[in-house]
Amino acid sequence: MPEIAVRKYAVTVEEIFHEGGPAAAVPLKRGAALAVIANPYAGRYVEDIQGFMDDLKPFGLAMAQRLLAAMGGDAQAIQGYGKGAIVGAAGELEHGALWHVPGGYAMRELLGDAKAIVPSTKKVGGPGTRLDIPVTHVNASYVRSHFDSFEIGITDAPRADELLFALVMTTGPRIHARVGGLKASEIKGEDGLR
Amino acid sequence: MKARIRKIVTVLDETHSELGRPVSPPIKRAAAVAVIANPFAGQYQDDLSELIDIGEELGDLLGRHALAALGIAGDAVQGYGKAAAVGEDGELEHAAAILHPKLGAPLRKLLGKAPALIPSSKKRGSLGVVLDVPLGHKAAAYVRSHFDGMEVRIPDAPRAGEIVVAVALTSGGRPLPRVGGLTHAEAKGEDGLR
Repeated sequence: MPEIAVRKYAVTVEEIFHEGGPAAAVPLKRGAALAVIANPYAGRYVEDIQGFMDDLKPFGLAMAQRLLAAMGGDAQAIQGYGKGAIVGAAGELEHGALWHVPGGYAMRELLGDAKAIVPSTKKVGGPGTRLDIPVTHVNASYVRSHFDSFEIGITDAPRADELLFALVMTTGPRIHARVGGLKASEIKGEDGLR
Repeated sequence: MKARIRKIVTVLDETHSELGRPVSPPIKRAAAVAVIANPFAGQYQDDLSELIDIGEELGDLLGRHALAALGIAGDAVQGYGKAAAVGEDGELEHAAAILHPKLGAPLRKLLGKAPALIPSSKKRGSLGVVLDVPLGHKAAAYVRSHFDGMEVRIPDAPRAGEIVVAVALTSGGRPLPRVGGLTHAEAKGEDGLR
């Protein structure tokens, strides 16, 4: 199995007090943990890449722990999540897809019985590429107030032979959410949707 | 609090290796960035004392945020810098009022012995504008290994009537410094220069 060679980590946390409307009693937090690692498959086509997903599981969990700590440390406070990957130019979009399983595993392992799919996006790009990571409610994908996205990126990454992996968490709905739809308080089922 | 804060964003990066060479211990750099209302947007105001007082508040507030993100004691901080971006309805002088007269004193109070100039940059710009925060050694401005810059960017700020204010703190200099000059170990820290 390839070793995970980390070049750098980055963590960003936003505390949002208002966006022109009434200030929230408790500010909304949105945060991202990013990791820049060497792409073990850069520069050539490798057929069997699945083993790397297992290597990435504990790594992803450590990233999620890093993010949760930056957001205050309370897993119960996390209401929304998302994940994403940027593959450097000498890699393949499929290398970004390696993040699906470990990224989702990392969130669920940390947040208990989160039921909804962890929304995701990915692309191939150069250093400084920005990625808008979709965010939805952790237990019911259709909760409209929690549909959001969080822009991430690192000026000097990913280099051609690197992978940039991202996890995003939020502590609540959009700061002035008011377009109706399913509310978090109305979540019924156990299907991760409604 | 005089400042009307819309949000506070903290960013932490940790460099573990550079071109495959380990950086040990990893270099940490944190920036705390506030998005505030510009009380003088759209009008010429001769007396900028309100912004000067806001700068004093933010020196303490953002210093504390950045220090918390670094996770080290104030004494252990080695480098610092500051910057501001004024939205399009404001004036470059508004950034100067925040940054220069009073921001430094409360920030230095958090950091032990910090007599060196806090390097700064400013600009007027639109949403998503990039700020390159210059960095220097806190005790001796000539320490060459600590000349650096940290890029910060907030996708949705500054709006026309806002100002983005950033304070950056570091646990060290560049990842693999080797261009000579005054070193951290040699710095006396008496006059803020050497």
